[in-house]
Amino acid sequence: MEVAAAKLIGAGLAVIGLGGVGAGIGNIFASMITAGTRNPSAIPTVQGFMWIGFALVEAVALYALLIALLVLFVF
Amino acid sequence: MAAEGGHSPLEQFVVKALGGHGGAMPTPDAPVAMPFYTFTNSALFMTLAVVLVTAFLVLGMRRAALVPSRWQCLAEISYEFIGNMIRDNVGHDGRKYFPFIFTLFMFVFAGNILGMMPYSFTYTSHIVVTFALAAVVFVGVTLIGFAKHGLHFLSFFLPSGVPVVMAPLLIPIEILSYFTRPVSLALRLFANMTAGHTMLKVFASFIAPLGVVGVVPLALVIGLAGLEFIIAFLQAYVFTILSCVYLNDALHLH
Repeated sequence: MEVAAAKLIGAGLAVIGLGGVGAGIGNIFASMITAGTRNPSAIPTVQGFMWIGFALVEAVALYALLIALLVLFVF
Repeated sequence: MAAEGGHSPLEQFVVKALGGHGGAMPTPDAPVAMPFYTFTNSALFMTLAVVLVTAFLVLGMRRAALVPSRWQCLAEISYEFIGNMIRDNVGHDGRKYFPFIFTLFMFVFAGNILGMMPYSFTYTSHIVVTFALAAVVFVGVTLIGFAKHGLHFLSFFLPSGVPVVMAPLLIPIEILSYFTRPVSLALRLFANMTAGHTMLKVFASFIAPLGVVGVVPLALVIGLAGLEFIIAFLQAYVFTILSCVYLNDALHLH
């Protein structure tokens, strides 16, 4: 197989992990919405954790993107 | 990545030397030796960030009144924001680390925001910068842990209440996850900034070739720019709060 073709296939495989990330981000905000509607006074407490959780899950998405870009442009 | 008309969207991350390369020896073509230090566009924006944050704080508190003016309000809000973060995450012992955490947050935040200005350079989009910051945090926190607890700091890797049989499996995993902390800290900030700016460049490059229909990518770029401003603040906040959490781990083992 040519190297260029292998690179493209590798990059495509690397972003399969983003499915889990989408589920994770949806999970965080679903929990936030549920908690906020059940107990609106708890919203300020949970908000901080929500943003931290979102940033951490988004980081995993960007690790996958990083691997894809690494495969495409560095090797 | 789409390369429209020969310009790659990754060109915005190139570090350029402004005003000659440092350390070059004199040659017959250039008989004057260059100064020893190369002032790059990255250094320019780092200097700009430091100047802006210092000016914001010094000038904001210039006429410190009990009923604050608008700039004083902002300066006090930024102080309180980090102060609360340290109090909630590190506790009372963390107060002496406030200058470091505040500087860290302001440096990363100013860098991210400056990168959103047109024709600017995002110095936090380089892994060498973010890894230097994360390495300083990691090494500093580890040294603080050893200074405070001595060799007892190593008990951090074996949480209490764990059966002894699991220890040979758990300790290497704990040590490995401890060493991935600076890597993840650096990589998170770097990847967010690089991916965000590359995405903006790629979508912006669709606008002109499409003509009238270019309003669709234009609307998308406007939305993405708004998202990037939010991410600029969020990534600075997450970098800082994770540094506070790691500091708490070192000061109060678990």
